[in-house]
Amino acid sequence: MKITPISNGTAIDHIPGGMALKVCRILDIPETGSHSSISIAMYVSSKKMGFKDLVKIEDRELKRKEVDKIALIAPNATIIIIKDTEVTKKMQVSLPKKVMEIVKCSNPNCITNKKEPIVSEFSVENGSEIRLKCIYCERYVEDIMESIVW
Amino acid sequence: MSFKGKDVVSIRDFSRKEIEHILSVAETMVPAAKGQETNELMKGKILATLFYEPSTRTNLSFKAAMLRLGGSTLGFTDAKGTSATKGETLADTIRMAEAYSDIVVLRHPQEGSARLAAQFSKQPVINAGDGAGQHPTQTLLDLFTIKDELGSIEGKNIALVGDLRYGRTAHSLAHALAMFDTNLTFVSPKTLKMPGEVIKHLEDEGAEPVISDDLESVIPDSDIIYVTRIQKERFPDPAEYIKVAGSYRLDLDMIKDAKQTMRIMHPLPRVNEIPPEVDATVHSAYFRQAFNGVPVRMALLALVSGVV
Repeated sequence: MKITPISNGTAIDHIPGGMALKVCRILDIPETGSHSSISIAMYVSSKKMGFKDLVKIEDRELKRKEVDKIALIAPNATIIIIKDTEVTKKMQVSLPKKVMEIVKCSNPNCITNKKEPIVSEFSVENGSEIRLKCIYCERYVEDIMESIVW
Repeated sequence: MSFKGKDVVSIRDFSRKEIEHILSVAETMVPAAKGQETNELMKGKILATLFYEPSTRTNLSFKAAMLRLGGSTLGFTDAKGTSATKGETLADTIRMAEAYSDIVVLRHPQEGSARLAAQFSKQPVINAGDGAGQHPTQTLLDLFTIKDELGSIEGKNIALVGDLRYGRTAHSLAHALAMFDTNLTFVSPKTLKMPGEVIKHLEDEGAEPVISDDLESVIPDSDIIYVTRIQKERFPDPAEYIKVAGSYRLDLDMIKDAKQTMRIMHPLPRVNEIPPEVDATVHSAYFRQAFNGVPVRMALLALVSGVV
């Protein structure tokens, strides 16, 4: 695998095959006005996953909310922080028990989609697939990716 | 078991033990609900009934419940004329209502509105129906009725009939009945089947619901037939509606093989699904069911106020 190494920034490894562009969308990449290099590898063979995707972003540290969003679509992803070409931290994303603000309820008649002074909140269920249940209307989010707030 | 200050938003917030406690308190309220005894448990307390949507039974029975407990009520039965039309948020209206009252009852067209109200109100909030979402007091009065009519709930054969796809009553009731280890059968036209999500939840809780579209074959074994209205607007083709609605009409001929102890329930209003001639049979329980809203809501008001 040939991907240009980065000196400072973040690599996101073990993204399920084909999901890299969605991770980029979550991270709002490419960022307007930024010329930091971004490497994307898709369908790389992996012993553990069969195929995996990988994203490397120069000069970027991820915020907690961004990591939570990635966990919703790539629950086994690994976040690698690189400083001065050295790996300083490596951690697997963890699926939060609840997510607030980062997802919009897909029920148009949910009170969270009206002009009320509240933020969205979902309980996260991790069975055979990840499911998000709105704590207000008690409905499940139909398409998590499409419901993530940018 | 203390319920003081507890909100009643969703039946899922209650355990079987808590539900059983509510039902047993409701039983003690029946004489006062019928006006045979006077009761002043809520004397000096005010109930705010905020009905953003029309309702006959729920609104009247909450008011009756509070008056039978010696309390007073204030509120509105239509969002028109309230600050909501001026753009006031529900959160602000709730903050105002909780300042004027001791308990807030809310019916609102948006799902999740009762949960929001509970977050903003220091006083207990009781959900009287939030859009197509939850209607927990209906579920509690349905359970009370089954217990009252049959002596117990556990192990009974209960068929839910009609619009099981969109009917919020059916979803909440099915969840509660699963907690009581009942044998559930869902009878509906194919287009109005119980959502897979609800069935999956029930199965996770250990229930094994039977799915059918043939009402007649289900009747002989049933202890309760719970009928819900099939709404005309769910069918793009009026001819299809007439055909489907006709096959789920519970008339005298349809119930001829029913057990003598079988009871028919309906959240009302009914349209054509139970013809008036069934009212005079031993099977009809729907008007007693409507009355049961009063003792059950009395129990809830007294419990969340901490006076019982």
